[in-house]
Amino acid sequence: MSARTTLRAFPTLLRVGFAEAVAYRAEMLIWVLSTTMPLVNMVLWMAVSREAPVGRFGEADFVSYFLATFAVRQLATSWAAWLINWEVKQGTLAMRLLRPISPLWAYAVESIAAFPMRLMVAVPVMLLSVALVGQKAVPQHAWQWGFVVLSVIGGWAVAFLANVAIGALCFFLESSQKVLEVWLVLFFVCSGYMYPVELLPPTLRTIIDWLPFRYQIGVPVEMLTGAYGWEESLRLLAAQWAWVAVLGALAAVTWKQGVRRFAAFGG
Amino acid sequence: MKVKRYLRLLGIQLKASGLLSLQYRADFFTEGLTSLFWTFTALAPLFVVYSERPSIEGWNFGEALLVVGWFTLLQGILEGAINPSLTGVVEHIRKGTLDFVLLKPADAQFLVSTQRFQPWRAFNVLTGIGLFVYAFMHLGRWPSVTGLLASVLLLGTSTLLLYSLWILTVSAAFFVVRVDNLTYLFTSIFDFARWPSSVFQGVGRGVLTMVFTYVIPLALMTTFPAQAMLGRLPPQSLVGAVVGAGLFAWGSRQVWLRSIRRYTSASS
Repeated sequence: MSARTTLRAFPTLLRVGFAEAVAYRAEMLIWVLSTTMPLVNMVLWMAVSREAPVGRFGEADFVSYFLATFAVRQLATSWAAWLINWEVKQGTLAMRLLRPISPLWAYAVESIAAFPMRLMVAVPVMLLSVALVGQKAVPQHAWQWGFVVLSVIGGWAVAFLANVAIGALCFFLESSQKVLEVWLVLFFVCSGYMYPVELLPPTLRTIIDWLPFRYQIGVPVEMLTGAYGWEESLRLLAAQWAWVAVLGALAAVTWKQGVRRFAAFGG
Repeated sequence: MKVKRYLRLLGIQLKASGLLSLQYRADFFTEGLTSLFWTFTALAPLFVVYSERPSIEGWNFGEALLVVGWFTLLQGILEGAINPSLTGVVEHIRKGTLDFVLLKPADAQFLVSTQRFQPWRAFNVLTGIGLFVYAFMHLGRWPSVTGLLASVLLLGTSTLLLYSLWILTVSAAFFVVRVDNLTYLFTSIFDFARWPSSVFQGVGRGVLTMVFTYVIPLALMTTFPAQAMLGRLPPQSLVGAVVGAGLFAWGSRQVWLRSIRRYTSASS
């Protein structure tokens, strides 16, 4: 499992992953259509802000915020925890462990390889947002776009690493699906997925600033709607990548400790 | 005679599912806890919204809470009584084992719809009722008897609508094989029923309201019963809901009959 073999396997894994994403495009489309939560909340907030704006958000701002949320959600997402649970239960993880590359890389590449297909959904949604709201729906400066790219990648990393850490818990708990549900509920409530975090009372916001959830969706979305200046963007990005590092360490440790306990069922 | 036979069949199926669930009694608590936890995601936006405004499109906090209560209750019915059976159908179609169901001397739709119940999953029904109590305490009054009776009647029509929509989704499984994620799609569309339907008025010049009332009748499922509880549902809406649900059920039955004709057993 040296770094070199891993690196050499990368291009092939990416090609395989991409081919898979293309082959299962209809299925992906259904997954995309089932992320209705930002839209469900968009209509609610549009009704709220129709007469007067809420904080800095008018009706148009809510439209651009939630369309951006929809777009980011397509990219900064992971289902590794579910996959790990399933493979451990079925025993098919044994096959992956036999390969000369860590299953974690395989999971990561699988998800990254789907990016081009997912961008084909996210980009038109952002174009729609610009068409509906106008120029102010997206960042105006080139440097802001740099932050968008970095924060979306960071958001994906937060989602993926947290998923691996939770997934690896199934080596200890038989099934970590319930833990995943707890994570998901906290994600819904704290990430800015259902409402901009800004609208929460200050004490709650301080707590949320210290939790990882906001850095998966909220921060990339705020970058994508051009909410911040240079300094604030830098601070948020630093916080996001700090969480990436923490979750990375956590994922590596739980996986390493957990996989030792793995015993394939059947023969 | 026929009705009696089907009632007996239903009894047998219920007993089988009940016995199966009794083997996993601890699930009652884990499912209960997760249900309460998920309810929080439905409530959080309401708390945030109503901290900004006293009323939205004519619904105050307590009233909107009733809609969320109905949404949660129907989710319980969906997950406890409708989903388990119908996910089974998708599995049958894919594996080709639907043959065994079709060979039995009873109506296939009845058999597949009653094959599995998961009572613990229905914990959301209790959560929903809890939300009603909380909402009415918040409103500082109790529903009238006629209002309650109307809402119980609407519970029937909502369940019928939900079931019919599900039958329509499952019928799609005869045409496209990989539909296990269609079930997710269905649940996410149902998510739109969280809010009072008047919230949708301003979007696309009321087109969305039309869609959610007549095409995918989400408004009928949660907003109507909540209005009935508040005693402000016009009688003609009540009649409309009953007739509409009946028509919808009849329509989905026709689609099911047509789709099942397309079933060709897999492999062998």
